[in-house]
Amino acid sequence: MSIRLGPVAEIPVGEGRTYAVDGDMVAVFRLRDGSLRALSAVCPHKGGPLADGQIDMKVVVCPLHLNAFDLTTGCSLTGQPDLTVYPVGVDDEGHIVIYSEVPA
Amino acid sequence: MAQRLVVIGNGMAGARTVEEILARGGDFDITVFGDEPYGNYNRIMLSNVLAGVEDESGIFLNDLSWYADNGITLNAGVRVARIDRFAKQVYAEDGTATPYDKLIIATGSRAWVPPIPGVHRKGRGYHQGVFAFRTLDDTRAMIRYAREHERAVVIGGGLLGLEAARGLQNHLGHVTLVHAAGHLMNTQLDAAGGAILQRSVEALGIEVVTDALTTEILGKHSVTGVKLKDGRTIPCDVVVIAAGIRANADVAEVSGLVVERGIVVDDQMRALDEADIYAVGECAQHRGQTYGLVAPLWDQAKVLADHLTGRDPDAAYHGSRIATKLKVAGVDVAAMGIQTAERDDDETLVFSEPRKGVYKSLVIRDGRLVGATLVGDVRKYAFLMQAFDRELALPEDRVELMFDLGGPPAEVSAADMADDAQVCNCNGVSKGTLVETVHGGCKTVNGVMDKTRAGKGCGTCKSLVQQIVEWAAGGEVEEDPKASWYVPGVPMPKPELMAAIRTHGLKSVSSVFATLVPGGEEDAKSKMGLASLLKMMWGDEYVDERDARFINDRVHANIQRDGTFSVVPQMKGGVTTPAQLKRIAEVAERHSVPMVKLTGGQRIDLLGVPKEKLPQIWSELDMPSGYAYGKSFRTVKTCVGSDFCRFGVGDSTALGIALEERYQGIEGPGKMKLAVTGCPRNCAEAYVKDLGVVAIDGGRWEIYVGGAAGAHVRKGDLLATVSSPDEVVTLTGRFLQYYRENANWLERTYAWVPRVGIERIREVVVDDADGIAADLDAAMDASVGAYRDPWKERVEPVTPGQFRTSLPLVVLPQVPVR
Ligand code: SRM
Ligand SMILES: Cc1cc2nc3c(=O)[nH]c(=O)nc-3n(C[C@H](O)[C@H](O)[C@H](O)COP(=O)(O)OP(=O)(O)OC[C@H]3O[C@@H](n4cnc5c(N)ncnc54)[C@H](O)[C@@H]3O)c2cc1C
Ligand code: SF4
Ligand code: FES
Repeated sequence: MSIRLGPVAEIPVGEGRTYAVDGDMVAVFRLRDGSLRALSAVCPHKGGPLADGQIDMKVVVCPLHLNAFDLTTGCSLTGQPDLTVYPVGVDDEGHIVIYSEVPA
Repeated sequence: MAQRLVVIGNGMAGARTVEEILARGGDFDITVFGDEPYGNYNRIMLSNVLAGVEDESGIFLNDLSWYADNGITLNAGVRVARIDRFAKQVYAEDGTATPYDKLIIATGSRAWVPPIPGVHRKGRGYHQGVFAFRTLDDTRAMIRYAREHERAVVIGGGLLGLEAARGLQNHLGHVTLVHAAGHLMNTQLDAAGGAILQRSVEALGIEVVTDALTTEILGKHSVTGVKLKDGRTIPCDVVVIAAGIRANADVAEVSGLVVERGIVVDDQMRALDEADIYAVGECAQHRGQTYGLVAPLWDQAKVLADHLTGRDPDAAYHGSRIATKLKVAGVDVAAMGIQTAERDDDETLVFSEPRKGVYKSLVIRDGRLVGATLVGDVRKYAFLMQAFDRELALPEDRVELMFDLGGPPAEVSAADMADDAQVCNCNGVSKGTLVETVHGGCKTVNGVMDKTRAGKGCGTCKSLVQQIVEWAAGGEVEEDPKASWYVPGVPMPKPELMAAIRTHGLKSVSSVFATLVPGGEEDAKSKMGLASLLKMMWGDEYVDERDARFINDRVHANIQRDGTFSVVPQMKGGVTTPAQLKRIAEVAERHSVPMVKLTGGQRIDLLGVPKEKLPQIWSELDMPSGYAYGKSFRTVKTCVGSDFCRFGVGDSTALGIALEERYQGIEGPGKMKLAVTGCPRNCAEAYVKDLGVVAIDGGRWEIYVGGAAGAHVRKGDLLATVSSPDEVVTLTGRFLQYYRENANWLERTYAWVPRVGIERIREVVVDDADGIAADLDAAMDASVGAYRDPWKERVEPVTPGQFRTSLPLVVLPQVPVR
């Protein structure tokens, strides 16, 4: 099963946008190499909007108190609880897709 | 075949040298002899074990398996008796002979016990109830015995004696400290400091007797008291002797090595006239000096390891500048260098507040710190230690050496510390090593402490280690990991970075990473600083990548705790009109803005505005942005000035508006907040602004720079007094441009001005000594010309979803599940 979120072009390169997926808030980031990462959108520290954070190829930094999370594993690098990671990709029509199972 | 390396002594210096050799990949067959029947432990921590704050098991540095894992033969509990320098063998007391190619002697010291009648019992070693304080066995025996007794006397009022006395209080009811000299810690403190320390120690319930030479230990079978030279006796049933140490150099001496106060070594730690024998640690005497602290041992171990492994055969040890810190909870003492002036022109600074138990004394020679003593308040320790160790230039205002008077915090903060600054003075761990370890993937304080040993010595640096680790791990973006780099992700200080940016013509943040970072790796935390710098350097030519901006700069508003934003329209000089007020009121009402507030910057803040509403609110306000969100020029506060005020001598309002009009919104390394006030009554608080202008009688204006009244309070320095508002506008631009080009990222003027020095800034900005005034003016002109009001960016979003919410505040468009 997979969920289609919208055109990749909705996310500017190097930024993130928030989507509601099945009742969860998911932040999808488009890295500068074009690949996507999807993580829970709400910072476990004090609820900061992670999609508003700055990213590089490895981490997202929450805009509120600058806690950092690994974009690939969701692990907090600053002693906060970890984030959920969602398998994410792009389909043939250039749409962002969240997979509920990792594609083969 | 690998060379055979034999180490005599499994203490702090011996084991550390072996570790350093292994770390350099040294290829040796290593054999270690140690007198104790176990692995290597942290001797420093014995004080904590005695005080009950550390568990015995927590002080082991290397357990037996470490030796096995590293292929080291450990002869634990085997004493070496003699060295045959010619046959190159060491003979141990168990009768074995072990050949060596290289030999290291690290036999440390032993407690020095003055020849007091009664200390020893014939054939039985110490009198029952008498203890030294040097080894784990000493400590164990002392604890066991003390628990069953009542009154202890500690002989010796130095560091060790004080720590012993405090520790013993944990095990029995009454402790007396008997000290032969006139005041406590006389090697480190002068008499005044010693007296203040004594009061603090007495406040802990320890009785102190100074000028007291112990002449006899009383008691036949067990101890009943000590007798002093003046005839007094102090009843007790436990005696601990902490009267000093002597180098353990017997083995060396009987083997024919040159021994004075210790084994005499050269700068490679090589024993005098020997080709293959070295000595490190407390048993070594280097340039006439023996040491009784661990910091020098670490330096020695490194030099010896460099030399032996061939990493740097000419590595040389030049002696150490040592500092000591007392590890007694509640009694802070730190000392370094000399205690009193020694030469005629030595400067001495003394502060004493006996009621609070505070005493500070500093000795300065040729503008450098050569000695410091702190009792009761050691907050300046880190700062002074750096100044002392690295012979830094001292602040002009000497009093800043002793106290925090506004300005950046004197306790060196994690970001401010130089990379090679030593954090853990016990284990010789620098900030750079800590940061590297964190960046190497070890993100917990404990993990880093385990890996580097930082904080595992006396433990007094733990909080600093923690700060550094947290910060390096990304706790605080407003401080950068490598103190000298402009941003943490590009390994260059500002001037170098700017030169490289120019040389390569780098106009976007991504091109800076790609070109100037080895491996081309981006760094989220560096983007904002680079964006600001590039914008300043290139103006219109800057290639604006939106992801380089912090969220505030992407949406031109300040993000708040709930993810909403605040809207602060420009209100130049704090002057508004009824029409403007009405419009603000209407917009606020129409959108039910949760709070409307007057700011400390003399304008109006609409707080709690959702991101998606920003463009509409701006358009309805139709006012320029006040830039209350950026690292940029913010406000010019003014007072009513000569137009209305009966004291006003200059039109501060008009000048304030003119300044804000011209320099609005320009970005910088930090916020720039200004004020213009109409007379020295200073109602606009101009003395405490990044740049403050004060009208004075005679149509003249004073310009103050580097003031602050935020997290730090500092009165600005007078830059110049000029005769016209035009000159104020020009000098303001030139000063701000010089600041923009030279300050570190996030370094406010209150830190930058004192760092560079007001004289130097005046030379450049006012006197044009460097001939760059015209360039500065031109650069500022270009920035002013490139300015666009960001709130005009509202008709069309610049990026898709620029103002889309990132919060679960509204129901987001639900997408169907396929
Ligand atoms: C709105 C305002 C408080 C108020 O209600 O009056 C304010 C609000 C904030 N200040 Fe401030 N400061 C405000 C005037 C001041 C002043 C007074 C002034 O400007 O005359 C100071 C002292 C002067 C100074 O800057 O030195 C001040 C010193 C700070 C500091 C400490 C800076 C320092 O290094 O000393 C910070 C933290 C920082 O910059 O890292 C800060 C940071 C902040 C931030 C931006 C914190 C943040 O990053 O979110 C606050 C935003 C709150 C929000 O939710 O929007 N604010 N802040 C004031 C806006 C003034 C304006 O109109 O632009
Ligand atoms: C209670 C206490 C608290 C201290 N607190 C501090 C402090 O806070 N800060 C500080 O900087 N310093 C402190 N020190 C001093 C510090 O512990 C010493 O400077 C350091 O241990 C010296 O290291 P070393 O290797 O030269 O000697 P040691 O650590 O004494 O090691 C000597 C080694 O040689 C072995 N040895 C000796 N003779 C022979 C032999 N003939 N054959 C085989 N092996 C032998 C011993 O068994 C031991 O393993 C403290 C010391 C004590 C006792
Ligand atoms: S002082 Fe400034 S930063 Fe602190 S809570 Fe108030 S507005 Fe926020
Ligand atoms: S809410 Fe994310 S760091 Fe505090």
